[in-house]
Amino acid sequence: MLHTFVAYVEDKPGVLTRVASLFRRLNINIISLTVGHSERPGVSRMTIVCAAPDAAADRIRASLYKLDDVIDVDDIGKAPNVTRELALIKVAANAHNRSHIFELAEVFRARIVDLAPESLMIEITGVESKIEGLIQVLNETEDRVLEVCRSGKMTMRRGKHSTGVLRAMGAGEPDIPKPGNLPLETGPDNFADNI
Amino acid sequence: MNEIEKNDSAHLTTPTRLTGAEIVLATIVGEGVTEVFGYPGGANLPIYDALRKFPIRHILVRHEQGASHMADGYARASGRVGVAFATSGPGATNLVTGIATAMMDSIPMVCITGQVSSRVLGSDAFQEIDITGITLPITKHNFLVSHTEDIAPAIRHAFQIAKSGRPGPVLVDITKDAQQAAAIFDFDAAKPKPYNPHPMLSVLEGHLHEAADLIRAAKRPVILAGHGIMQSNAGEQIRTLAERMQIPVGMTLLGLGGFPASHPLNLGMMGMHGESWVNDAIQQADLLIACGMRFDDRVIGTPSTYSPNSKKIHIEIDPSEINKNIKADVALVGDLRQVLEQLLPLLPGRDGSAWLNTIAASRGTAAVLDIKNLPDSGHLYAAHVMHDLWRITEGRAIVATDVGQHQMWEAQYYRHDYPHTLITSGGLGTMGFALPAGIGAKVACPDKEVWVIAGDGGFQMTACELATIVQEKLNVNIAIINNGYLGMVRQWQEFFYEKNYESTPLVSPDFVKLADAHGIPGIAVRDRGDLEAAVQTARGHQGPYLINFLVEQEDSVYPMIPAGKALHEMIRRPGSNPLVEKPEDK
Repeated sequence: MLHTFVAYVEDKPGVLTRVASLFRRLNINIISLTVGHSERPGVSRMTIVCAAPDAAADRIRASLYKLDDVIDVDDIGKAPNVTRELALIKVAANAHNRSHIFELAEVFRARIVDLAPESLMIEITGVESKIEGLIQVLNETEDRVLEVCRSGKMTMRRGKHSTGVLRAMGAGEPDIPKPGNLPLETGPDNFADNI
Repeated sequence: MNEIEKNDSAHLTTPTRLTGAEIVLATIVGEGVTEVFGYPGGANLPIYDALRKFPIRHILVRHEQGASHMADGYARASGRVGVAFATSGPGATNLVTGIATAMMDSIPMVCITGQVSSRVLGSDAFQEIDITGITLPITKHNFLVSHTEDIAPAIRHAFQIAKSGRPGPVLVDITKDAQQAAAIFDFDAAKPKPYNPHPMLSVLEGHLHEAADLIRAAKRPVILAGHGIMQSNAGEQIRTLAERMQIPVGMTLLGLGGFPASHPLNLGMMGMHGESWVNDAIQQADLLIACGMRFDDRVIGTPSTYSPNSKKIHIEIDPSEINKNIKADVALVGDLRQVLEQLLPLLPGRDGSAWLNTIAASRGTAAVLDIKNLPDSGHLYAAHVMHDLWRITEGRAIVATDVGQHQMWEAQYYRHDYPHTLITSGGLGTMGFALPAGIGAKVACPDKEVWVIAGDGGFQMTACELATIVQEKLNVNIAIINNGYLGMVRQWQEFFYEKNYESTPLVSPDFVKLADAHGIPGIAVRDRGDLEAAVQTARGHQGPYLINFLVEQEDSVYPMIPAGKALHEMIRRPGSNPLVEKPEDK
């Protein structure tokens, strides 16, 4: 199954290697990994999605904590969350067939961010299935997809704060639902909510 | 710049301007280090240049692998952090095997390597290697330091990491220009942030009661005693638990010594080469209390067949070990000693006689210790050597073993009653470990008798350290168990590869002459009758002594559970040998 972890790490050289190397050592494939600044200076936030056996989540989390540069790890599990991915898609299109791509983009709430004589670029944000939906439709309508660039998933728990922020602020364990106890709020194919 | 005087420690209390090299040494002195194992080279010469100013004994090794193994042996024997120095490039890569050995066995160690100047970092300069990259998966953490003012904080942090939680090795790589430049050294200001325990440690009140209920209700409990007993100094607590609740104790290889071998509740070593009554007891148990051990595959055989009817209580400091190999029913994640201190008040006592009698019966019907089945036809068996060494040294020596058959025979026949008396590479299984690790142990404990026991194969991997023994005037006794084969591999070829003895017969030098070339006296022993005299000569000799035990060539370690089999599917010593039992075998 897919596991999603949010890790707060020190913003130092080599930290990404340490985290990535840990998954390599455990023989676990990282499906997606996004890194960027967090709300705190000097602390980066990673969203790591990986495919691993169901029971592996605690062990992965415990192993992440053993890395000296890791400050906090949240196992999102099935807790209510918002997950987004950004994609840039370049499609071959000219003056004759542009307009129906505009329509498609409208349906998917995507934006056209670049237009050239022979191509255009679509920017789309949403859950994985929505992005894949657009790519699929583009392929089916014989529009030639030239390039796809996807950011990987970014995840944040719904509600007040994630555990990481609260613990970092010294507030102790927040009152949050236990991972695994709640059904998925957004099913993999139900992207209407997210469009 | 102020000139530092040896034994002057003013710079530890007053901020002083020092070179980076001096800061390295001042910091480790501040951390309590008195001995360092190392080898100089271009990229750490500034440190060696400053060495004479500090109250540190430097042991010059013959190969950097020796330095990391010695630091490891030093740490295992003393419980203190071992320190190794090496230069950049090949010096640093030679440390790697020793670092990995320490990582697998959770040994606190700090390795300080020189690195090329920061100006040329990344340019493939002479003797440049990315040692922090190489050691990333085999250290708890590592540092690349390229600014003089970062040296003291990095080293102090390294010591904190090495010692804390589940211990392990840390490497600090320091560029040559950082060693040469000067900065204000302020030991107190370089103190690391307070140690932050692993956030997933949890010893919940409810879990303690659950564990206590399981222990009180158990009919067939077994304690599995591991290395954590030594690491958290919990020998007394384990003993109280076993005695008060009348629970038998099985030992892991690295746990040997954590609970006295002569104690009536001690069943001996479990696992691949454990005795049948230990493994049978585990298979039949209804409760396993795992204390500071990690259910290594050499201990469990296969997870699916391991102790199928038992509940498991896992007391362990590393949360990532919980449910890794064997699923725990109750996990108490914390320092073993602290957990047991919380658990013991909930355990008033218990009558365990029925279960102990069952085990005693199975012990009686099992073909007793294999040593008693050895034909005493003038041939010398390694088991005899271990047994007699134990008897002659009264089990008080520190024994550093290598890896292979002799390691298992040592574990079976040398009965360790005291903690920190067995120094052996359990997790990584590193051949060549014994000699340097024994040297490290002797440096840590100069008043203890130290025996290095190695096979003829493993000994030759690090035999160059004989010269280190001589140069450092160390009174280390060496026993080579010489069977002319890479014995354990030969045994696997015998059992699983139809006796195709490919590349296991081994030509060796005359070890007595080799020792003699180093100025170390020695003797060859072929007969059990000559054994005791040789051992006593070695013990009485002021200085190192080597005994070359020429043992039975094609003997195997019994019993044996083939890799991946269940604990009860063991291979026993063929029964046709005449039983000869000597009074001293009892």
